[in-house]
Amino acid sequence: MKILVCITHVPDTTTKISFTPDGKEFNAAGVTFIIGPYDDFALARAIELKEAQGGTVTALNVGLVETEPTLRKALAIGADDAIRINVNPTDAWQVAQEIAAVCKAEQYDLILMGRESIDHNGGQVHGMVGELLGIPSVAPVMRLDVVGGLATVSKEIEGGKEVIEVNLPLVAGCQEPIAEWKIPNMRGIMGARTKPLKVVEPNVTATSTTVQQFSLPPAKGACKMIAADNVAELVDLLRNEAKVL
Amino acid sequence: MTTATMPTTDVTIERRTAIDSFESPDFLLLDDLLTEEQKLIRYSVREFVKKEISPIIEDCCQKAYFPYDIVRKFGEVGAFGPTIPTEYGGGGLDYNSYGLIMQEIERGDSGMRSTVSVQSSLVMYPIYKFGSELQRQKYLPKLASGEWLGCFGLTEPDHGSNPSGMTTNFKDMGDYYLLNGAKMWISNSPKADVAVVWAKSEEGRIHGLIVERGMEGFSTPETHNKWSLRASCTGELVFDNVKVPKENLLPGKSGLGAPMMCLDSARFGIAWGAIGAAMDCYDSARRYAMERIQFDKPIASFQLIQKKLAEMLTEITKAQLLVMRIGDLMDQGRATTPMISMAKRNNVQIALEIAREARQIHGGMGITGEYPIMRHMMNLESVVTYEGTHDIHLLILGADITGIPAFK
Ligand SMILES: Cc1cc2nc3c(=O)[nH]c(=O)nc-3n(C[C@H](O)[C@H](O)[C@H](O)COP(=O)(O)OP(=O)(O)OC[C@H]3O[C@@H](n4cnc5c(N)ncnc54)[C@H](O)[C@@H]3O)c2cc1C
Ligand SMILES: Cc1cc2nc3c(=O)[nH]c(=O)nc-3n(C[C@H](O)[C@H](O)[C@H](O)COP(=O)(O)OP(=O)(O)OC[C@H]3O[C@@H](n4cnc5c(N)ncnc54)[C@H](O)[C@@H]3O)c2cc1C
Repeated sequence: MKILVCITHVPDTTTKISFTPDGKEFNAAGVTFIIGPYDDFALARAIELKEAQGGTVTALNVGLVETEPTLRKALAIGADDAIRINVNPTDAWQVAQEIAAVCKAEQYDLILMGRESIDHNGGQVHGMVGELLGIPSVAPVMRLDVVGGLATVSKEIEGGKEVIEVNLPLVAGCQEPIAEWKIPNMRGIMGARTKPLKVVEPNVTATSTTVQQFSLPPAKGACKMIAADNVAELVDLLRNEAKVL
Repeated sequence: MTTATMPTTDVTIERRTAIDSFESPDFLLLDDLLTEEQKLIRYSVREFVKKEISPIIEDCCQKAYFPYDIVRKFGEVGAFGPTIPTEYGGGGLDYNSYGLIMQEIERGDSGMRSTVSVQSSLVMYPIYKFGSELQRQKYLPKLASGEWLGCFGLTEPDHGSNPSGMTTNFKDMGDYYLLNGAKMWISNSPKADVAVVWAKSEEGRIHGLIVERGMEGFSTPETHNKWSLRASCTGELVFDNVKVPKENLLPGKSGLGAPMMCLDSARFGIAWGAIGAAMDCYDSARRYAMERIQFDKPIASFQLIQKKLAEMLTEITKAQLLVMRIGDLMDQGRATTPMISMAKRNNVQIALEIAREARQIHGGMGITGEYPIMRHMMNLESVVTYEGTHDIHLLILGADITGIPAFK
């Protein structure tokens, strides 16, 4: 089985977010970057499938050279090779087009992604890639089993869960508990040194998004305590101060 | 070899659900001096500690329980024998990578780090360095994977700081060596499959012997009631006419210099490890000081608290510089025993002081197992004593400065 895992290079979940003074860019100074948590689940499942059934796992990122340590980490966790598409993407459509171009050439059986990134949280790339390739895409996938050319997928739906069978090739946007995160071990880290990391130039250069302004959400206000029996004051505040009634 | 059968125990260990949100300080941007690979190693071991050690360690220490399952897990993550070549199952890594692994594990717990230090520097290292090819192939891969646990027997009841006075001895019986004597304070001994034991020949020369569990006359009684390193198991090694096959003698080096070389490698790891314990205390104290309100303000706003935090960070930073430089020198084969003594002595001492100050900052809360401080502090009392006591390292430095050894 030939598996592609698309991974994002995103700020660690504990990062204190700030922007450049003009408000147009994220301030990456001093920030630790990680593999997107959902992508990490996808990668872990890909490696399990490879270990059980044989095949190859390729990790892919659309991004500039600073994302290579994140790809090396994917190699240390167990991917066989990596591809970096050398462009700083500004929207999901651009990312999807780049990924689809690689997939057309490489013919993967499974294309695994996270259910969503954790920087822009679009949750769009998997759907777009499926559409561009004319193959099914499913998200959020919480279980994925493959027998021959058929995948059994269980996904979350409003108020329940759905189990579906899908033919390969397939795009899946994954989330827990599809697999347990894998921590790279020392042998994996050493081995990652010599695994191939291929850099390819982008296909599309045009992007339809420009950033006007980033800003932080307003700081959380202080909590106002009201005596439990003072319903009148509560209603008044909700109506006139919070303006929610 | 008969693999040790682990006594079943009725101790149940609880996993905590509280999230371990440790962050390490890096005041001088020393991460710039690390390679991407070293940063990934630190990250991986930190994640490992958060997943496998932090959730159980408090309970293990409270119950004085050695979580034996961790041995396999250490093997899987590659914590055993990081500097041993990969052909023997080791990591093939540089010394600062080894140090970073020790820092992260000791950030979790000094007892857990002791288990790893002993296996890596005191068991795998001498077998690799002084062992025959056959010995390397027989022992190293199984020690690296965590299938076997090892221990190192140097200290005796009557010979601690002065190991050259040891009385454990072996006689050449033609087909085998006959080993007699006893070792004390041996980390990992109760559960060890393999012991690297230092003993005197009939000529009075110190040699290393590999003793395996199951050899007749060999026993490993456990030492109970420690107030320190409670999650690590410690015991004796008793040799009562043990017949050791001749091929179990380490052929590569004899004399006190051989165990001392192992100790250099282990002490370097301890110097890094102590920074981990110090960082955990500092990180916990800093967070607590920001959150704890007294006199209507966070206690972090008081000068006396700030002084403590500022001094902690200063000492952690100096300690980092010491070990990073020595690590590079170790890779180049230029590090000396007194350099390592300086780092072990300094870093363990500052960690102990930081633990005590951090304990003060936590007030009464610092006394309970809700915070890691008392555990680190008590652990560090062993660390300041083993692998050469605080004062012995001072004397090693003194001898280096003056050329006059004051301990003889
Ligand atoms: C306004 C704006 C500014 C941006 N600025 C930057 C920037 O400065 N630097 C920068 O590097 N990126 C930047 N991006 C791109 C961003 O990091 C995402 O890669 C892209 O927007 C897709 O995000 P999404 O939230 O729509 O992805 P989602 O649709 O939520 O992602 C789903 C899955 O798709 C896959 N995927 C998504 N993005 C990638 C990728 N890049 N490579 C491989 N797989 C991927 C992952 O598996 C992910 O889990 C910017 C995006 C926007 C919208
Ligand atoms: C938890 C734990 C685990 C251990 N694990 C191991 C292990 O795995 N393997 C192993 O071989 N050993 C191990 N040890 C033993 C440890 O290395 C010794 O305890 C240490 O070397 C000190 O020896 P001692 O206890 O006999 O103290 P002593 O040597 O009796 O020292 C007592 C005091 O006298 C001081 N002193 C001694 N000589 C001098 C001198 N010349 N000048 C000035 N002061 C002096 C010392 O500094 C110390 O303060 C362990 C110890 C502990 C507590």
